[in-house]
Amino acid sequence: MTTDQRDKSKIKEKKKPIPRDVNKDAITARSQKSKPSPEILLKSPTGIKGMDEITGGGLPAGRPTLICGGTGCGKTLLAMEFLVRGATQFNEPGVFMSFEENLEELTKNFASLGFDLNALGASKQLTLDYVHIDKSEIEETGEYDLEGLFIRLGYAIDTIGAKRVVLDTIEALFSGLDNESILRAELGRLFRFLKHKGVTAIITGEQGERSLTRYGLEEYVADCVIFLNHNVNQQIATRRLRIVKYRGTAHGTNEYPFLIDEQGFSVMPISSLGLDHPAASERVSSGIPRLDAMLGSKGYYRGSSILVSGTAGTGKSSMSAYFVDAACRRGERCLYFAFEESQNQIIRNMRSIGIDLGQWVDKGLLRFQNSRPTLYGLEMHLVAMHKAIESFKPAIVVIDPISNLVTAASEAEVKSMLSRLIDYLKTEQITAFCTDLTTTGSSVERTEVGISSLMDTWLLLQTLEGSGERNRGLYILKSRGMEHSNQVREFLLSDKGIHLRDVYTGSGGVLTGSARIAQEARDMTEALEHKQETERKQREIERKKTLIEAQIAALYAQLEAEKDDLELINAKETQRDEALVQRSRDIARNRKADAYLSKQDSNEKIGKRSRK
Amino acid sequence: MTNSANNNPAKTAKPETVDERYLLRLYVAGQTPKSIEAFANLKRICEQHLEGQYHIEVIDLMVNPTLAKDDQILALPTLVRRIPEPMTKIIGDLSDTESVLVGLDIRPMT
Repeated sequence: MTTDQRDKSKIKEKKKPIPRDVNKDAITARSQKSKPSPEILLKSPTGIKGMDEITGGGLPAGRPTLICGGTGCGKTLLAMEFLVRGATQFNEPGVFMSFEENLEELTKNFASLGFDLNALGASKQLTLDYVHIDKSEIEETGEYDLEGLFIRLGYAIDTIGAKRVVLDTIEALFSGLDNESILRAELGRLFRFLKHKGVTAIITGEQGERSLTRYGLEEYVADCVIFLNHNVNQQIATRRLRIVKYRGTAHGTNEYPFLIDEQGFSVMPISSLGLDHPAASERVSSGIPRLDAMLGSKGYYRGSSILVSGTAGTGKSSMSAYFVDAACRRGERCLYFAFEESQNQIIRNMRSIGIDLGQWVDKGLLRFQNSRPTLYGLEMHLVAMHKAIESFKPAIVVIDPISNLVTAASEAEVKSMLSRLIDYLKTEQITAFCTDLTTTGSSVERTEVGISSLMDTWLLLQTLEGSGERNRGLYILKSRGMEHSNQVREFLLSDKGIHLRDVYTGSGGVLTGSARIAQEARDMTEALEHKQETERKQREIERKKTLIEAQIAALYAQLEAEKDDLELINAKETQRDEALVQRSRDIARNRKADAYLSKQDSNEKIGKRSRK
Repeated sequence: MTNSANNNPAKTAKPETVDERYLLRLYVAGQTPKSIEAFANLKRICEQHLEGQYHIEVIDLMVNPTLAKDDQILALPTLVRRIPEPMTKIIGDLSDTESVLVGLDIRPMT
């Protein structure tokens, strides 16, 4: 796959979960086109994490904003944090007018979030005013107005020069006073008064059955309405925030999850991330030399996302521990999100394969964040993870396992959440290492949450069953942008750690474990036998050769002997011939034969013939 | 700062007798038609039903805005019965005499 192709396919994937962003763009375009006046809507920054991003800079300055939602959804907190941050960060003093909680309660409640309201009050940065309305104490006779409230508010604003005002919640007036027509007229006047004062105001309102607020406060606040929601789905509560309207400006239209914790309010504009993250060419070691070798001999890309999937007990966590260990050795910070095991359990278990993660925790290079997926909603997990990542600033993030998150939400939600998380991590150039538990029986090339397409490198750990054993096999299913091995490796876990071995791929098929060992032994025996056989044959031939040579020698000897015989015979023959000649000569001499000379010639001829 | 008589002599309410069984405070914001009417109504009711037993203080919140917070005043005009206890509040222009009497817990003397 070329880089271009990959990018294109990714864009396709990503567009699906966030179709609203298209709308948002359209809104931006429209609002920019239809902005005839050069006056720009001034915004009052909230200082609340994420809030300014989705509102494009804050709440409309000098105008009232309505925050509505059900009981306990965080309206008061959002409003108060707006004031406190305005006072402490933007030098804008604020007035908090409470109709529900008295000052003592308010101070106590916010002290637990780290806001010291008394100190802010003493330094004239914040004025708290508790408006007590008790219907039983009040008798209504005839016409009245709420000038008293206006005077109180006006006085409070003027004394500290407040730029921000919160009315929480003004609906209490409706339950305290009977004359609704007066109230409605006065409310209209109140909002005009606030605008006239030029303060940025937040008015909170309880969610009504059919309308946004029980008493229709939204009629009066035309500029900005924010809706807070606290949904419980399968016993898991998630807080979400939505900007219902924000006149004259572009804003995020999604439901954004938000979190209330000891640091206050934080909103996560997590779905607004694009696909423009950088791509590093730096490589990071997986911690397992042979795995690095399989991955183009260098390891993973920094800032990429790695998925290890496998069935239970295939060694996914061990692989992540190796990766973390290697990163900590390089001095990088790692954040480990564990959804199944506790920190101590992980450290103990990893010690059994020879990895001491405890030392990195002590050195502050490694931080564990352990939580059950069902502890809170998925969005909350995402928000919590964002917060942890932002505060710890790790180079590597491990999520072990992502499949467990499915218990907290549906598969589609998990996928969308993870895609947002991975986008975020990529933007931050943080390497993400996710493990995924696949269920036995299902297709191996399918992850529980279907996020494999988001991943750059996908390793599969598979149990290879055979001859009464389960052995682990490691494959690289994909690894974008690098050469990688196409072969399965046997994955061995021992007290000395992880080892990758070549599997047996001989005539007996692919074998692992003791089958591999047995096969190897068999192979060795076979080879030995073969060798012995060859040697034996060689020896035999040697022996034969010796034998034949001996035979040849014997025959030669025989031949020699026969030759000797022949010579002897020849010699004897010559001697006999000579003797014969001698004798016939002697006879002739004796007889004095005249034919002696002719006979001598013929005899000599005979002698010659026999010699031949 | 409880008695605004010096600040606003136009609305000074003088004690009718020494026996002040009723201490009443009327909170207003300037001399609006409503506050003038309320004061007139209050005075009429008191003279009719509480002759010689009451004391009225008129407090102008435009002059003393801090009192709005201290005395938990919201609507104007507001009449507060400080004595006798418990404190009761009557809001409005006091045009409905019956409900003012009920609010002040006074038996009509007719």
